[in-house]
Amino acid sequence: MNTSTSHPHMEPGMPKKQGLYNPANEHDACGVGFIANIKNEKSHVIVQKGLEILTRLTHRGAAGADPREGDGAGILTQLPHTFFAAKATELGFSLPEPGHYGVGMIFFPKNKGHRNTCRSVIEQTIVEEGNSVLGWREVPVDAVAADLLDSVLACEPVIEQVFIARGEGFADQDAFERKLFVTRKVVNIRVRKIGFVDVAKFYTASLSSRTIVYKGMFLSHQVGAYYLDLSDPLFASALALVHQRFSTNTFPSWELAHPFRMVAHNGEINTLRGNLNWMNARRHSMQSDVLGEDLNRLWPISNEGQSDTACFDNALELLYMGGYSLAHAAMLMIPEAWAGNTLMDDERKAFYEHHAALMEPWDGPAAVAFTDGRQIGATLDRNGLRPARYLITDDNLVVGASEMGVLDIPEEKIVKKWRLQPGKMLLIDLEEGRIIDDEEIKRKLASARPYRKILGETQIQLEDLPDKIPTMPPNHEVLLQRMKAYGYSQEDLKFLMAPMAISGQEAIGSMGNDNPLAVLSNRSRHLSNYFRQLFAQVTNPPIDPIREEMVMSLTSIIGPNPNLLGMNDNTPHLRLEVHQPILDNVELEKIRYIDQSTNGKFRTITLSLCYPVSQGVEGMKPAIDALCAAAEKAVSEQYNIVILSDRGVDADNIAIPSLLATSAVHQHLIRQGLRTETGLVVEAGTAREVHHFATLAGYGAEAINPYMAFEVLYDMQRSGLLPDDIPRDEIRKRYIKAVGKGIYKVMSKMGISTYQSYCGAQIFEAVGLSSQFVKDYFTGTRTQIEGVGLAEIAEETMQLHREAFAHSPGYRNALDVGGQYAWRNKGEEHTLTPEVIAKVQHAVRTNNYKLYKEYAKSINEQNGRLLTLRGLFKFKPCTPVPLEEVEAATSIAKRFATGAMSFGSISHEAHSTLAIAMNRLGGKSNTGEGGEEPERFKPLANGDSMRSAIKQVASGRFGVTTEYLANADQIQIKMAQGAKPGEGGQLPGHKVDARIGRVRHSTPGVGLISPPPHHDIYSIEDLAQLIFDLKNTNTDADISVKLVSEIGVGTVAAGVVKAHADHVVIAGHDGGTGASPLTSIKHAGSPWELGLAETQQTLVLNRLRSRMTLQADGQMRTGRDVVIAGLLGADEIAFGTIALVAEGCIMMRKCHLNTCPVGVATQDPELRQKFVGKPEDVINFFMFVAEEARELMAELGFRTFDELIGRSDLLDTNDAIRHWKSQGLDLGPLFHRVEPNGTPVFHCDKQDHGLDALIDNWLIKQAKSAIEDKKPVIIETKIRNSDRSFGTMLSGKIAKKHGQAGLVDDTIVIKAKGTAGQSLGAWLSRGVTIELAGEGNDYVGKGLSGGRIVIYPPEKSGIVAEDNIIVGNTVLFGATEGECYFRGIGGERFAVRNSGAVAVVEGVGDHGCEYMTGGTVVVLGGTGRNFAAGMSGGVAYVLDADGTFESRCNMAQVELQPILSESDALEDYDHQGPDMEMHGRVDIEHSLSQNDQQILHTLISRHVHYTNSAVGKKMLANWADYCGKFVKVMPVEYRRALQDIETEKAAKEGKELTHG
Amino acid sequence: MGKPTGFKEFAREGLSYAPVADRIVHYKEFSSLPEDMSRQGARCMDCGIPFCHNGCPINNLIPDFNDAVYRGKWREALDILHTTNNFPEFTGRVCPAPCEEACTVNLIGDAVSIKNIELSIIEKGWEKDWIVPEIAEHKSGKRVAVVGSGPAGLSCAQQLARAGHDVVVFEKNDRIGGLMRYGIPNFKFDKKVIDRRLTQMRAEGVEFKVNANIGVDIPAKKLLEDFDAVVLTGGSEKSRDLPAPGRELKGIHFAMEFLPMNTKRVLGDKIPADQWISAEGKHVVVIGGGDTGSDCIGTSNRHGAASVTQIEILPKPSANPDKLLVWPNWPMKLRTSTSQEEGCDRDWEVNTRRFVDDGKGNVKAIECVRVEWKQENGQWKMSEVEDSEFELKADLVLLAMGFLHPVHEGMLDELGVDKDGRGNVAANTDDYRTSLDKVFSAGDMRRGQSLVVWAINEGRRCAASVDEYLMGHTTLPR
Repeated sequence: MNTSTSHPHMEPGMPKKQGLYNPANEHDACGVGFIANIKNEKSHVIVQKGLEILTRLTHRGAAGADPREGDGAGILTQLPHTFFAAKATELGFSLPEPGHYGVGMIFFPKNKGHRNTCRSVIEQTIVEEGNSVLGWREVPVDAVAADLLDSVLACEPVIEQVFIARGEGFADQDAFERKLFVTRKVVNIRVRKIGFVDVAKFYTASLSSRTIVYKGMFLSHQVGAYYLDLSDPLFASALALVHQRFSTNTFPSWELAHPFRMVAHNGEINTLRGNLNWMNARRHSMQSDVLGEDLNRLWPISNEGQSDTACFDNALELLYMGGYSLAHAAMLMIPEAWAGNTLMDDERKAFYEHHAALMEPWDGPAAVAFTDGRQIGATLDRNGLRPARYLITDDNLVVGASEMGVLDIPEEKIVKKWRLQPGKMLLIDLEEGRIIDDEEIKRKLASARPYRKILGETQIQLEDLPDKIPTMPPNHEVLLQRMKAYGYSQEDLKFLMAPMAISGQEAIGSMGNDNPLAVLSNRSRHLSNYFRQLFAQVTNPPIDPIREEMVMSLTSIIGPNPNLLGMNDNTPHLRLEVHQPILDNVELEKIRYIDQSTNGKFRTITLSLCYPVSQGVEGMKPAIDALCAAAEKAVSEQYNIVILSDRGVDADNIAIPSLLATSAVHQHLIRQGLRTETGLVVEAGTAREVHHFATLAGYGAEAINPYMAFEVLYDMQRSGLLPDDIPRDEIRKRYIKAVGKGIYKVMSKMGISTYQSYCGAQIFEAVGLSSQFVKDYFTGTRTQIEGVGLAEIAEETMQLHREAFAHSPGYRNALDVGGQYAWRNKGEEHTLTPEVIAKVQHAVRTNNYKLYKEYAKSINEQNGRLLTLRGLFKFKPCTPVPLEEVEAATSIAKRFATGAMSFGSISHEAHSTLAIAMNRLGGKSNTGEGGEEPERFKPLANGDSMRSAIKQVASGRFGVTTEYLANADQIQIKMAQGAKPGEGGQLPGHKVDARIGRVRHSTPGVGLISPPPHHDIYSIEDLAQLIFDLKNTNTDADISVKLVSEIGVGTVAAGVVKAHADHVVIAGHDGGTGASPLTSIKHAGSPWELGLAETQQTLVLNRLRSRMTLQADGQMRTGRDVVIAGLLGADEIAFGTIALVAEGCIMMRKCHLNTCPVGVATQDPELRQKFVGKPEDVINFFMFVAEEARELMAELGFRTFDELIGRSDLLDTNDAIRHWKSQGLDLGPLFHRVEPNGTPVFHCDKQDHGLDALIDNWLIKQAKSAIEDKKPVIIETKIRNSDRSFGTMLSGKIAKKHGQAGLVDDTIVIKAKGTAGQSLGAWLSRGVTIELAGEGNDYVGKGLSGGRIVIYPPEKSGIVAEDNIIVGNTVLFGATEGECYFRGIGGERFAVRNSGAVAVVEGVGDHGCEYMTGGTVVVLGGTGRNFAAGMSGGVAYVLDADGTFESRCNMAQVELQPILSESDALEDYDHQGPDMEMHGRVDIEHSLSQNDQQILHTLISRHVHYTNSAVGKKMLANWADYCGKFVKVMPVEYRRALQDIETEKAAKEGKELTHG
Repeated sequence: MGKPTGFKEFAREGLSYAPVADRIVHYKEFSSLPEDMSRQGARCMDCGIPFCHNGCPINNLIPDFNDAVYRGKWREALDILHTTNNFPEFTGRVCPAPCEEACTVNLIGDAVSIKNIELSIIEKGWEKDWIVPEIAEHKSGKRVAVVGSGPAGLSCAQQLARAGHDVVVFEKNDRIGGLMRYGIPNFKFDKKVIDRRLTQMRAEGVEFKVNANIGVDIPAKKLLEDFDAVVLTGGSEKSRDLPAPGRELKGIHFAMEFLPMNTKRVLGDKIPADQWISAEGKHVVVIGGGDTGSDCIGTSNRHGAASVTQIEILPKPSANPDKLLVWPNWPMKLRTSTSQEEGCDRDWEVNTRRFVDDGKGNVKAIECVRVEWKQENGQWKMSEVEDSEFELKADLVLLAMGFLHPVHEGMLDELGVDKDGRGNVAANTDDYRTSLDKVFSAGDMRRGQSLVVWAINEGRRCAASVDEYLMGHTTLPR
């Protein structure tokens, strides 16, 4: 940012927190790589190659507003002794032997005075710690050669190296190294204390006797150019660890670049807040033999506001310096998924189980490369959410990186190509001179101590303790009073609890949320309602907790944690383990009296949350203070489990809300450093729904006993609200199961997989709580717009109590009606009331603008019933302009879009009516994620078009073919949706009729699930790749990314724009038309006003705004909404629910049941006939909205919409209509207008996608005759890893011209050699064959649409193909047709969501064929775990050489069958198997009677034909032996559906015969 | 909740009625509920927006009790019903059921029979003896006078008594119930239904004083002195007259003269022959097309009228208005009441010019003219159709054209309370307070002529305001 010259008042570097922009929201992701000589032979070549890897990873990084502005890059090497020795000599001092000195790489402020002060702190500290300073060296740099921008130079530090001689008194280099670590920490603390404010901050990049880090705010190629040292031939190292950063912000600072002192990280730590808290909480319980007294001088281990990787590095370093080996420390922080892993040997499981009590996992997607200079290694998170490939050469080089092809290494030198697998580690010990594989590292560590035996002595399983008798529940009347006191409503029973107890699952609802936020509601709301669940979008993926359950764990450890650094402690620390954190009443009593069963080793104290109601609202604060003091005292008296209980509420006593009490105590104990010395269990009458449990867990509860919920459920059964035939135990179990599943979902939304790391992780944003309140009791949680404080929270509790114990005639037997899930007259307010719906429908049907205005008024004016944040807004007085000078309503309407509602969730009638209306208006309709019938791409006879301008691409990739994409004006990547951010959609089987099945390439009657994550987007650079892929399929279409409002969404949006999105949607939490779990509808995400304002502010700060279009979405209703969205920054506005209402939806909220009575959200043919909507109705509505907007524009003095965009300064708070709860809100941050400094703040510019330089342009030219005249061509070319999405643009051109039918097979044959970049052959059209001699990276054949991809190793290759990896992760994701032959092994999630392609591969990683709905996959080798998870269609043939396949297959939805020959199959059905030949395309239409043997044989033959596969040949040669070793993986649902189809067909044929 | 697909599976089944010939010979109720109410409950869709719940003036929790009936949970249904409605047995009989017009199934087919479900619940409650007094645990010591014992007065009194206040209900007539007692014929609304409810209210501590016409028999000021609060629920009893020539002739009566007298006789009172208004053997003309008109028709037929003709000045509405343009609102549509079904001629767009004398001071006919309605500047204007005069034979003319406003003479005049532009007692629906301290008003006296269900609603809500006024806070539902 060129700020120092143009606006001197602003500091360069990271901007200050302003408005809703907060630098703390920064995310990053990146490319990481390393190279090492196994034998520790140091050379300059290694450094050069390291830098080359960096350059070849450039596409994984990002540039800011100016393409020359990098996000940060760097390199870590061993100390180059020869080089430094020479330099020291030049400077007049001499270096001792290696190992006897250390070098610090120091970034100094530019200010000379500050610099000198820092320098003397360093020198003084070095001496104090017992070492001495040998000398200083200015690090030579060349900013000009590196082509650094002014903005980067503005924060460029002065970089110097300090040389430290090892003092006497150090036993060995390790001790010296530890001291250097302590020195660095102490220096850091001392300098921070001085409190310099400098543009370039003081920072120690490294200080070690073994390694050194050169890094900065660079693009990758600038590292070598900037640091002259790195090109000195004397600069030698045996290892180089490099990193290129992709930051969401463009304000990266020099110190945020990787590598850190020990790690470079590609990923994100989702549980950071919790990890930091827990780290601090350990302060008093941590002791170290090796660090001794020094340990106390290291705090804080991490500074607030550091990046996640920096914190991770700090923690890893502490563990390492505290005595753990590098590998051990990494396993402690990123453990494998062990809890549910049946394949893991017991010794290793015990190791992990033992370590689980020491530290919660640092959870999140991660590929971490780490080194101490002696060893270098890398590990992957438990779910393998980041790619990491490596190769080994015959001259002892190991090269690892996020992708293959980062160095040109002669093929014949390579002896092994492999990948890091989920949870696995690669370690190279340079001193031992060998690679230690995962198995060996872990076996060695796991057997180092008898962990199983130690566990047997220390780990108490709750279930093993003797039963205790729980408290007897009160009678119905008393129970009812308490239910009222805890705020139970009738809806809680009906909508939430009954479904949980009956089905063991959380209930589903639909049509979003139109209730007010808790702070705007006039009613008492549960405290948890002020907390919005955060969720992962773009920068890291949500997890699929159902299909990938194996990585999830609810295990909770209650009670004191052992000393983290006491790895050799011999005194056993008892730990109490529960398999899941929801305790029933018996379990709670076991804990309450645990001292009896543990000889007093555990001692539990129960603290009551109740205080006399007579103390009133003012009584709550002293009650909390007293509770915290009591908890502290209890811990100091060696009570190691504290139960917080709100039992005891009666007419005279009121309880502190359990969430408030839990968090207050948790935070208090953390502050006292005592938290890890005790367990926190909550006995909560207030907890009943998933969100309540999630908040309690997120704020520190290790276990929760919802005693009231159980009592209520039993009472419900007594009064007939639950079926009689479910035993009471079963009701309780199902309810607990449903809560557990719900917690999984909430955790996985944020990409967190274990309860232990979720506990205390505070994955929430407070909306409507005052910062003081949050600071006091929910420390560290972010709250942006202030709101209620303790007084109001106490008043809400008090109100409930009053109502509960008052004598209220007529209501004695009744709970509050609620009104959250369905409109109720005396319940919670809704925007869409009966009057509103009736008015707007009557208005559009009669084209009555006056009636529309009445409708708009009832929504816009929220006097007395606040509904939305914007309801509290008002416009500042302006000079109006005449109405006739304002741009026409027809022109404003072009900015409108309808929300993404899939054909499938809504009927054809409802879907196409919207499309026709939007096309007539010149706005845009959205396909939703269900594909679109190709017939709709052609205009109708009357000139109308049913083609949706926006084609959505969601995680399910249903019907996302090349033709579909080629027919888009805009392609929208749905990262999240308002109703259920962080979750995938689902279409129940009864809505998938033949037509829907056809469009979605799936089988009728089989339910469809979209995965929570896009399996090709686990990070921002992955999103950039998908944007690139899609842009290639249709170069004319804009690429849009849909995000959901939450804190930090602005920063995510900035990253998305840097990833070259043309268009970003910010959706509110409240939108949503489809079916979602109720928890998600209600509690995830935030209002669009917040997200939109933050996005606008962040984009303007980043100077990225004008190149993109910003769209706001979420319960938009009126022209005023449109104008407000515009003022807050939106170019466009999307309408979901209300567009449906305009065409007849009456908010039945029955979309998930297929019973929509007005034919909107149903596929029932009878009900579809009830659809009455007309395009004219929709058009009338949008013209009314535009007209209303126009009138407001005139009042505000704007002639064009562009002028008003971003004029948030014209908004103000309407103080007149506040009420007691909304009084404290501060909307100022929303209205903050970032100074644009002359740059446009609306869309008026273009993204540069860099398509011109692509090899596909050349391919298209070569294939011109083929595309135009269908003449076959053969093209030969080299390919390298920077050639991404190879063949995709070519395919887009074919699809545009020839549709999905494409060209005749093999019309275009491309023979390529080398390592392909990501997404080789993405959306490859029919008629194109890519034959690659070399290897592929991730996403080969993504969205394959009829083309053929063949990959085999190059001729010269010395490796054994079937033992080595040939394609990366997520191959064939969303493929709809086509075929692939890979001679070698594929990575994780092979053929995920394949719906029609045929593939042969020689082995796959974990999660193979996940979510597959069609197609055929043949695996000629081993598979990873969790094969076929969520697979509902298609067939896989897997070689099961040793009969163990079943243990690795997810059997939830599939069955394994032998490979039948035709004669076998004919026993069941008398059909012919498909006839397949060697030439032309293979087409397999599955049937029950198919000849599997023949299919398999043919496919293997083809595989051999195309790839010359050795295994394939072997199998064909011994077919009789091999055939029996294959198993057929058959989805149960699919078999049933095929059966139905055949029965129907048979019936039809029979009928025709009789009629014939 | 009902059954998700119930509306597709089951047909609406309404009340069944005794044959016309059988029923017009007595004054007893003649309808009966379907056997299987559960199936009717199953037809409810449990809408995300239950339009019925809003269409219902008293906001009955309709989906909730429908569901309870579907599940056979009658006791629960009764509790749900009583949370919003003190007297479901009243509304279950005489409410025109705007809820059913608003019902979502009505948009695409036949509405859920909500009113019958309501009736079935409350009658089950009485049958099972589930309806017991809810006696206040504590007495407040405050005294409240309620003037007028119609549905507004009764619901107000019941709520206040349950809140612990001493309530005295004053009624100018000889029996409690107001217009429900005497305005609605027994064959539509058996008066025992009121009586059994009164036994509950007496047990709850409500005192009833009949023949106590405030402002006439007892000075209104006395109430202000004796009570801590006074609630005016005297109804809107000033009938709309038809000041056409010949109005003074004998045989022309307000419906509210004809109907009460008949009910008194049905209830066992002796009516002197010279006062008795009989339709027996007469040609009866009922002027006014509303419910009261229907009541006159039913009663006249039971008297044995020679013919009954009903005329209405407004146009004949469509039998099937476009639901897309009116639903969920109350539609103007052609409805046929059970009384009309029992035999009468109906004519629309007819204006009465004059009453024709038989020469003995009795009416013998009315002279009518056809009118037509046209919209001008958004206002409907009526004009007579040229040469369309005709005569209707009429020995008995019953005027059933609604009510203007409360009777002003007596209590209201004495109190000098403020009135609104339409002559009703001025008070808003937030607190129901009149211009006078401690005086409240609810029901038709405040809002003008309306439905029983509105009256109950206002009475309840007014009670909450009174309670808050007396105690400083209230737990009564609004």
